[in-house]
Amino acid sequence: MGNTSSMLTQYDIEEVQEHCNHAFSQQEIVSLYHRFCQLDRNSSGFIPGDEFLSVPEFAVNPLSQRLLRMLDGLNFKEFVAFLSAFSPRTSLQHKIEFIFRVYDFDSNGRVTFDDILGVLRDLTGSFISEQQRQKVLTRVLEEAGYTKDSSVVLSDFMKILGNSDLKMEVEVPID
Amino acid sequence: MAGLATSSAEMDLDRPNIDEYLTVESIREAPKKLHLRDLLDISPTLKEAAGAIVDDSFTRCFKSNPSEPWNWNIYLFPLWCLGVVIRYGILFPFRVIILVAGWIVFFAAFSLVHFLLGEHNKWKREIERKLVEMICSVFVASWTAVIKYHGPRPSMRPQQVFVANHTSMIDFIILEQMTAFAVIMQKHPGWVGFIQKIIVESLGCIWFNRTEAKDREIVARKLREHIQGVDNNPLLIFPEGTCVNNHYTVMFKKGAFELGCAVCPVAIKYNKIFVDAFWNSKKQSFTMHLVQLMTSWAVVCDVWYLEPQYIRPGETPIEFAERVQEMISVRAGLKKVPWDGYLKYFRPSPKLIERKQQIFAESVLQRLEEK
Repeated sequence: MGNTSSMLTQYDIEEVQEHCNHAFSQQEIVSLYHRFCQLDRNSSGFIPGDEFLSVPEFAVNPLSQRLLRMLDGLNFKEFVAFLSAFSPRTSLQHKIEFIFRVYDFDSNGRVTFDDILGVLRDLTGSFISEQQRQKVLTRVLEEAGYTKDSSVVLSDFMKILGNSDLKMEVEVPID
Repeated sequence: MAGLATSSAEMDLDRPNIDEYLTVESIREAPKKLHLRDLLDISPTLKEAAGAIVDDSFTRCFKSNPSEPWNWNIYLFPLWCLGVVIRYGILFPFRVIILVAGWIVFFAAFSLVHFLLGEHNKWKREIERKLVEMICSVFVASWTAVIKYHGPRPSMRPQQVFVANHTSMIDFIILEQMTAFAVIMQKHPGWVGFIQKIIVESLGCIWFNRTEAKDREIVARKLREHIQGVDNNPLLIFPEGTCVNNHYTVMFKKGAFELGCAVCPVAIKYNKIFVDAFWNSKKQSFTMHLVQLMTSWAVVCDVWYLEPQYIRPGETPIEFAERVQEMISVRAGLKKVPWDGYLKYFRPSPKLIERKQQIFAESVLQRLEEK
């Protein structure tokens, strides 16, 4: 029992808020801090992957492993920046950029056929055969004007997803 | 959850309404032709993950709320310091002395009785029971516990079990102080395990092992045997299977509710103003937990013995368990949550991930059909 982490000062809150482009209000940042400290049980400054996996709702998410790679070793400021993609105050562009980063497994700025296939595999598991997955993806890519060998960059993502109404928001509970 | 019924060794069986908490929200209503953007748009799944990161109803059950920083001003701070001095400097040593003295008396008397009197001597059981009740009272005194019991005192007869919500191992001590219960417990390491082995055995306790897959069946059999016995102490079970923070109750495992006997609910609520009695076993050892209790002013709690319940015709054990969970939660002012407490120790079954994958896969395939 007892709060092992130090209190956030007003300066800290403002710095974090700057870093995430004011995606969250100051109250939300304090809430996120409490959550971060709750998950960072060893007060090591970052949340180990195991802790995320001990949240059952996260562990049953098909994309949990990919997200864990992105969440690995983040300090609180980076944690808030990560979550800023889910704020209602963030632009659509930022959300699309986040989605791009999830696909771009090797972080080289290009998303290949295999990258998209990988995510599709995570999402569908054994309920679609590998062959069928490839077929679907090839067909859908060709219809959109890409080939199996073309790699998609961020601007392409913006074009493809730019018109859809992306609903990617979470509400931060304020204690 | 009928679709997931498997062998009884699986923990899935105990999960009544988990689906409500884990469904994929956004299956597009009217299947339309599949476009690239539909495949690339993983925002619903990401949103669920982020939602779980930001807050989730499971970890809330095991959160020990940190102490709020007070306004340290000129009069509060010295008073608090004085309080600390009194608690650690005067109360704590005094309580330790009481505890140690109590243990010495207990061990002396217990060893005498245990080794001198014959194996199945009736008096032996009686005296050992009384001694255990005594040492529990010593413990209770060492925390200056103020316990208000409500409701009729448990009687010793066969074909009944007692179930209670679980906050800490001291739940057992508090209840044991008034009536000698037999209890079903997880074996702990260290000195607690030692005490469990020697002393609590005399009460007729049952051990379980969370990590043992077939354990459930063995335990179920032992439970049934116990409640048949006329001479056995009334059995106390904590159906949540783990310590919860006394603001929530997690899913009651059905084991205690399918024995075909009366179930007597007991609700325990600790008053947090005096001390937070939640034993966060991930954060502190039991020793530290005891020290924390002994350096607080008091442990104040209410214990309600509720009316014995029987399974209703047409009610499944799971529904019975939920009904009793509801009774206890309402009485003690706790919020009900359908999570399985064992998720604290184990990951959720991969079947749950597969469920989601299946839903997504089907929606993709369905839309492929549309031309």
